[in-house]
Amino acid sequence: MQLSGNSRLGERFDASLQDLRRGEAAVLDRIDLPGDDARRLMEMGFLPGTTVTAGLSAPGGDPRVFQVDGSEIALRRETARRVKVRMAK
Amino acid sequence: MSGCSDCHARGSATLIEFPTSPAAPKAVALIGPPNSGKTTLFNRLTGLRQKVANFPGVTVEQHSGIAMLPDGRAVRIIDLPGVYSLNARSEDEQVAYDVLTGRREDTPKPEAILLVLDSTNLQRHLMLAAPILSLGVPTLIILNMADDLRKRGGRLDLKALAAQLGAPVALVSARQGEGLDEVVDFLAGAMPKPAPKELPVLQDVPKCRQWAGQVGTRARYRPPVAPKWTRRLDSVLLHPAAGPLVFLAVVVLVFQTMFSYATPLHDGLQWLFDISGNWVAKALGPSLLTSLVIDGVWKGVGSVIVFLPQVLLLFLFVGILEDSGYLARAALIADRTMAKVGLQGKSFIPLLSAYACAVPAIMATRTIENKRDRFATIMIAPFMTCSARLAPYTLIILAFIPNRRVLGVFLSTQTAAMLGLYILGFVAAVVTARILKSSILKSGSTPFLLEMPSYRWPTLQSLGMRLLDRAVVFLRRAGTVILLVTVVLWVLAHVPFSHGRPAPIESSVAASIGHAIEPAIKPLGFNWKIGIGLITSLAARETIVSTLGSIYGMEGDEHNAGLQQALHHDLSPGGAVALLVFFAFAMQCISTIAVVRRETGGWKWPALQFAYMSFLAYAGAFVAFHVLG
Repeated sequence: MQLSGNSRLGERFDASLQDLRRGEAAVLDRIDLPGDDARRLMEMGFLPGTTVTAGLSAPGGDPRVFQVDGSEIALRRETARRVKVRMAK
Repeated sequence: MSGCSDCHARGSATLIEFPTSPAAPKAVALIGPPNSGKTTLFNRLTGLRQKVANFPGVTVEQHSGIAMLPDGRAVRIIDLPGVYSLNARSEDEQVAYDVLTGRREDTPKPEAILLVLDSTNLQRHLMLAAPILSLGVPTLIILNMADDLRKRGGRLDLKALAAQLGAPVALVSARQGEGLDEVVDFLAGAMPKPAPKELPVLQDVPKCRQWAGQVGTRARYRPPVAPKWTRRLDSVLLHPAAGPLVFLAVVVLVFQTMFSYATPLHDGLQWLFDISGNWVAKALGPSLLTSLVIDGVWKGVGSVIVFLPQVLLLFLFVGILEDSGYLARAALIADRTMAKVGLQGKSFIPLLSAYACAVPAIMATRTIENKRDRFATIMIAPFMTCSARLAPYTLIILAFIPNRRVLGVFLSTQTAAMLGLYILGFVAAVVTARILKSSILKSGSTPFLLEMPSYRWPTLQSLGMRLLDRAVVFLRRAGTVILLVTVVLWVLAHVPFSHGRPAPIESSVAASIGHAIEPAIKPLGFNWKIGIGLITSLAARETIVSTLGSIYGMEGDEHNAGLQQALHHDLSPGGAVALLVFFAFAMQCISTIAVVRRETGGWKWPALQFAYMSFLAYAGAFVAFHVLG
């Protein structure tokens, strides 16, 4: 179930936003957070099927800014880890 | 008139035909997501005709104002908190929902809604249109930041958008004052109920986004290109090396301003209050009433108003940082450090400014959206060594700590003692934050989300309104709670009267209270005279210096050598250290208590905070006295 969608794109098992380096993009697969928290993220644009690009970060890489749906939203590592993605080239 | 080719802007707000000369609505709600420029629009519409209060029972601030229509009619605009949805998961969303549906008794049900959306991020912001339109209240969709959209090559067909949403649409730039006529026209018009073509299932976020996307596509929305300057600035301001340096420079500037540059203004105001007080006292002649007016009311209110320059300077900074978009970047950089004590990046600037004064700092916590983080920040802010603590610290340190060199030329014992007190307060704050964030204010798994808005030039109007707003909130307290408390303290220090003259302080009711509490404070090494000082310093910490001065019949000045000498009769060295520790921990400040009550919407948090800090002060002083005594 973790291996979703198009395996042609060489995605990794259980990859998350945390695995993205600056400038890398991925397609959001699912959010492993309780209902309300996941909805909060979705309202900010983190919806399944959306392309998310990793941007700049605070020193040390946490939190990191992500470009999603026309906005730039910073997430802490602990949250980024819960947002699962399919790697896009 | 907007310049973009696809915007058939003129008259777009009057797209739907309506009969002429209808009655103006009594109340209209203004709502929109954070960073949509809602407040700027509110300021544009209402100007100086604004009021700020708290919604009763909650911590949400209510801004309302009067917009004047060209024909002279007045419309009350209620500015609701910035929300992404109406799902009532946060207090802000709950209040917005309750006001819009007429469930709050303190606020009239709005007859119309102005929905403000960021036109440069239309499709995501349109998601909020679904729950708003489903309320069936006449709504004007305001697409703000038209200038940005145009400059960055975005466009849309306003007529098509209005047809999709079944509600009038206006393209506006609140910053530039562009398109406001259409908003006014809407308020003056008939305001038909919205009739959208279709609405998604509101609980289903992906469906809502899909709907918003479709509406945008049908309105031929072309999103603008990424903001070039924001990217360029971020590559410097969030650079791994340059970013922290800029952050540090901003921090030093805020600190320096609050501490050094505000001091002459603070002292100047103090001086004005003193000489004007003396002048009035001379004019009135010596009498009991004069003493009440000058020593009670005038000095009491003055002791609060002298902090106004610090409040205004801090809010000037917060305003510039927030409106320009840098505050979000600063919060990003500070986040990991603050997360170590369970807080978040946005707590940093308020806590930093608490080193000058906890009152503006607590007011500045409004930038923290997460309520638990905000309350935790409020609870620990008074532990930061504020400038009012410097007077008692200086008096006691100069009196009891011999000035010797330690660490060569770098540090003297007196400086080390002062530094130690700063560290003591900081440690208490950190420990308290950890306790709170792992117990009653635990955030659980709630994810930390921080939106990075595009950089923008702050406008003078927006900064001016913000300063005015905070000044009113601050001064209103000076006129009410603080006035009452200082008058009560004056009475305690002057009754009973004998032969129509007030008692000297050592035989006043305050002294009786000092004697009464002596058994309780004796274990800390304090006698009844110090007790009087502890009581009067409830008004403000520095008051203990002038109180001790009047007990000893001397000038109440912390640099007065005679006063320092006299203190040796009443305090042992152990007692002196205990008194320092007491002042480091105790919440001896009516202004702070009053502002916490206001910002947390009730007495529960200030009561808890006062009890906790008093306990810590007592226990700390007890330990200090017994270890050193």
